[in-house]
Amino acid sequence: MKSLLPLVIVLALATAYGIWHKLREGHFKVRRTKAAVLDAQMLGAPLGSRVTLVQFSSAFCTPCRTTRALLSQMTADMHDVAHLHIDAEANLDLVNRLNILSTPTTLILNKSGTEVGRAVGAPKRDEVLAAIASVK
Amino acid sequence: MSQQLKTPTLIDVRGPRFSATLTVIVLAIALATQNVWVLALQAVVFAIGAIRGPQFTPYAFIFKRVVKPRLRGEAVTEDSRPPQFAQSVGFIFALVGLLGAAIGSVPVFSIAVGFALAAAFLNSVFNYCLGCEMYLLVLRIRTR
Repeated sequence: MKSLLPLVIVLALATAYGIWHKLREGHFKVRRTKAAVLDAQMLGAPLGSRVTLVQFSSAFCTPCRTTRALLSQMTADMHDVAHLHIDAEANLDLVNRLNILSTPTTLILNKSGTEVGRAVGAPKRDEVLAAIASVK
Repeated sequence: MSQQLKTPTLIDVRGPRFSATLTVIVLAIALATQNVWVLALQAVVFAIGAIRGPQFTPYAFIFKRVVKPRLRGEAVTEDSRPPQFAQSVGFIFALVGLLGAAIGSVPVFSIAVGFALAAAFLNSVFNYCLGCEMYLLVLRIRTR
């Protein structure tokens, strides 16, 4: 045994990061920077008449699958809400422009296509419902 | 990235979690004892996981033979590619650590093992998805 100090430091930092990451995961937040405006041409599909959820996914991402299933199931019977699914890898221009750093990231757009919030990580059903309800 | 073209293989989600826990123990020993051979052993496990898939490592073998028969409940499956990506990242850190040992640099060894340990610990305890956080960043940096 040489020293336990490096081990203790690594585990403490990883624990702190893990808790911080868990706490912010999946919550819809309003971005402080200038909101992006998206349209059907950029997204490759028409916007919802009131709300559009734009989900970015990638290949090496297990929660992307559960998020996709949750959002498409939730929005299936909401006539004014659209759920668009985008492969981040195939749309890196859009990913760069919107500054998406990890997957899944879900943007919530109002009827004019303006981003009103985004959730990084898998969102919970209740939060998605609340976010959709809050869009005027 | 030829793996993406194949149909995804579905594996029990508890397998990679169990393997991550064993990885934490092995890397913690490597870091505390500064033992190159322990890291070399883990590097071989990472290499198998990265090249053949996480379901083919010795840890996965222990999971299948010893742990899984004792678990109750329905097995939830996942695509094997996200944990395979994580194994590749682990392998790169292990290689850097071995390189550090080869040139006699304790800091390089410790920092590399530290990162691999942190990633395995996050996976084991918090179900952290390394591919979710890192893959897009790597792509964005590569296409800058």
